[in-house]
Amino acid sequence: MPRIGVFVCQCGNNIAATVDTKKVAEEMGKLPGVVYTCDYKFMCSSPGQEMLKQAIKENKLDGLIVSACSPHMHEKTFRKAAEAAGLNPYQCEITNIREQCSWVHHDKTKAAGTVKSIDLTRMTIQRLKKNQPLNKIKIPVKKKAVVIGGGIAGIQAALDIAEGGREVILVEKEPSIGGNMARLSETFPTMDCSQCILTPKMVEAELNERITLYTYSEVEKVDGYIGNFTVTVRRKAKYVDEERCTGCGECIEKCPFKVESAFELGLSKRKVIYTPFPQSVPNVPVIDAPNCTKIQKDKCGACAIVCGPKCIDFKMEDKLETVEAGAIVVATGYQNMPNERFGEYGYGRIKDVISGMQFERLASSSGPTGGEIRRPSDGKVPQSVVFIQCVGSRDEKKGVSYCSKICCMYTAKHTKLYSHKVHGGQSYVFYMDIRSGGKRYEEFVRGAIEHDGAMYLRGRVSRVYEKDGKIMVQGADTLSGSQVEIEADMVVLATAVVSRDGADTLAQRLGIGYDKYKFYNEYHPKLKPVETVTAGIYLAGTCMGPMDIPESVAQGSAAASKVLALFSADEMAREPITSVVNRTTCNACWDCLTACPYTAIEREAIKDRQGNVVRWVAKVNDGVCQGCGVCVAACRSKSIDLKGYTDEQVFAAINAF
Amino acid sequence: MKIPYYPGCTLNTVAKQFDTSARESASSVGFEMKELAQWNCCGATFPLTPDNVIGLTAPAKVLSNASKEGDTLTTLCAVCYNVLKRTNKVIRDNREKRNVINGFIEEEYDGSVNILHYLEVLRDKVGFDKVKASVKRPLKGIKAATYYGCMLLRPFEDIGIDKAERPTIFEDLLAALGAEPVEFANKIECCGAHLAMNNEEVVTTLSGKVMTSAVGAGAELIVTTCPLCQFNLEKSQPKVAEAGSGYSPVPVIYFTQALGLALGQDIATLGFEKNSSDIMPLLKKKGIA
Repeated sequence: MPRIGVFVCQCGNNIAATVDTKKVAEEMGKLPGVVYTCDYKFMCSSPGQEMLKQAIKENKLDGLIVSACSPHMHEKTFRKAAEAAGLNPYQCEITNIREQCSWVHHDKTKAAGTVKSIDLTRMTIQRLKKNQPLNKIKIPVKKKAVVIGGGIAGIQAALDIAEGGREVILVEKEPSIGGNMARLSETFPTMDCSQCILTPKMVEAELNERITLYTYSEVEKVDGYIGNFTVTVRRKAKYVDEERCTGCGECIEKCPFKVESAFELGLSKRKVIYTPFPQSVPNVPVIDAPNCTKIQKDKCGACAIVCGPKCIDFKMEDKLETVEAGAIVVATGYQNMPNERFGEYGYGRIKDVISGMQFERLASSSGPTGGEIRRPSDGKVPQSVVFIQCVGSRDEKKGVSYCSKICCMYTAKHTKLYSHKVHGGQSYVFYMDIRSGGKRYEEFVRGAIEHDGAMYLRGRVSRVYEKDGKIMVQGADTLSGSQVEIEADMVVLATAVVSRDGADTLAQRLGIGYDKYKFYNEYHPKLKPVETVTAGIYLAGTCMGPMDIPESVAQGSAAASKVLALFSADEMAREPITSVVNRTTCNACWDCLTACPYTAIEREAIKDRQGNVVRWVAKVNDGVCQGCGVCVAACRSKSIDLKGYTDEQVFAAINAF
Repeated sequence: MKIPYYPGCTLNTVAKQFDTSARESASSVGFEMKELAQWNCCGATFPLTPDNVIGLTAPAKVLSNASKEGDTLTTLCAVCYNVLKRTNKVIRDNREKRNVINGFIEEEYDGSVNILHYLEVLRDKVGFDKVKASVKRPLKGIKAATYYGCMLLRPFEDIGIDKAERPTIFEDLLAALGAEPVEFANKIECCGAHLAMNNEEVVTTLSGKVMTSAVGAGAELIVTTCPLCQFNLEKSQPKVAEAGSGYSPVPVIYFTQALGLALGQDIATLGFEKNSSDIMPLLKKKGIA
């Protein structure tokens, strides 16, 4: 006969106002197997817990029920208390008589609430009688992290993890780390040069002995689970031996072919063997194979001839490398929406209509104009520049519904940079609203308007066209209620921040969620901002949505702290609420395998003594299983059960109703 | 290839030359426009309020008649095209409105007819390559402004003939005919439309902007797709010239007249005499006629 204790909580007046807790306790005491009952004002308080522990010991309880609030609130509290009193914590069950019971009943005679509480508690008692003691799952943790994406968020995460004493592999798609931030000129609101604050961090990442850079590499496959991931990385052929290359740059100089530079966004050309920008980390060039005549047609080979250490190898091939890691940080960043989508602004047709990011390059001292604002068509210094905000942002019809968050600030910065660099130049900004929430952000925008003479016009632009060598910008000024036409020398579009191409493919490889714009979903938007639904995978930066540099850096550090917490012990304990397969009845239909959203189900071979495979059955990987129960529902032969929620337990509860 | 054809009121009256030149040209590139046995006015404007179903009954009647003669329907007037295509979409996608409309017109029409503008027929059914191959009198050396107006392109989700803000279908046709399309700013701006009835000044301003921007970009000829654009441009042109901004008038013609011309139709049958601007001096200058 079990020895069960029932503890009914009054929760001050939260429960007691509509439930007669004393009566509930009394009624429960009449049930077979219940040897102790009580009601108390606050079960979760310290005296309440002490009372619970004492009752367990004095009455030799082997199971207990707390009828109180939702298990989300205090299940952990009471299980801990039970454990302290020497009970298996999973022998403690919660009946929720608050959220869906006392709170929804207004009957002050307490009739309805009491009857319902009695029913609910009785159900839990019958359920508890079928409970099996469960033990926390211990998972070994490999103390190495993979950070995907070498922008500022990824670099910050890698540096912090390394600082915490753990090894990191930093995987970057491009030949150099740095990401979008490497393209920026100055940063708002302090106006410090982006390169100047970024490059020290890039170099630090390169020199840190615990960080291994995998540049020009992409994650191809991810297997395993928290603490035990196997990440397959494609290390694209650089055609340059990284170990031997000294970064002298002789090969770049001698390469006779030029193509458009992707880093400079088409504003200038680069050689076919190249580093994306002068401060690239690592300072090792790569050969752009599709454009290399040596690789394509076996002609030229100038770079190999001049290379001192002879580190160029035209026969190099992509390599697949597998990395064993305990945690993954995803920091893949963002890109801008293609401007060509907005035919009315003439991007791509009118040469001097450029994107905000292109303006960054024009203003950058390492950019194609050496930091002078010169327009792309003829290199002249533009005397008037029109900035158009919200190109694609907050535009459900043609773009995206969300606000890209950074454009108000960087456009204000652009007007400042322009007025500092081109004295007497006039800038105009068409905006919808100015969104400058942030420390010293509003003051920054006011500064652009009041000190640097930017003319802010509230309204949209309907058309941009060329007339007699000028760019005409037609728009509305909604504050004066008039239509305006501005003659400009250059137009800058603040295009929407969107997720990267292929963001969805990577999410599917990782098993993490994403929204309709293919931005990755955090586990909880407020309380778990860098976690994902897949344990052991964390997020940082703009792969989650538009954000500025300070936020990205903060998230990089936050993700790193999560990784370090995970790595702080050799083993990780997990809740034992996972599925278990009955191997004798499993008929290997694999419905569970297709149903499982976490790929926690594997095929297991049952062998005879000679080692011959007799048959196959499903097996649940406890490390991956999240206990959702989908496989239980999918199993046709009823061979899967969810620990803590077995069919037996659930039916016992239903029968008690 | 026979394609059911809806002329619309204007093409039956003041824009007769639009209709005849289109029919003549169609035969030269291998299709025939078969006028609907029964048709009525399209309603001339797509209702501006979403719950105005009564305004959809006239075009629905046209569409229902068309469905009895084939699965496609072509039309020339940009306004008719706009109204028919949008009405068809409502009937196809909105079951509730479909039932109301059908109840009202006592028909069972489901929105299955495919509405094609004549330009779409040339592009998608005939092919501009074939049009190009059929050219007998290339419009060589003529710098032509392709004036789309607004009804042919917008709203993009409903019409979708081409990219709303940066269309090329019209330029592609003119290029196939041997002319040189010019890029000008106002090619998809409004001409002033129905304000011709009560506020002519607006029309003169807007049409004036269209023409000055076209001629400023080097156009010697303006080609239109819409009878109302044609009317407004032609009517405004002398006033714009008189205003003394140095603007000198250019011929304004329907695109089907340009097509007929290039395809080698007898110039006398193309109805140029009905246009208020004279194209003949230009044709003579270019050695085309």
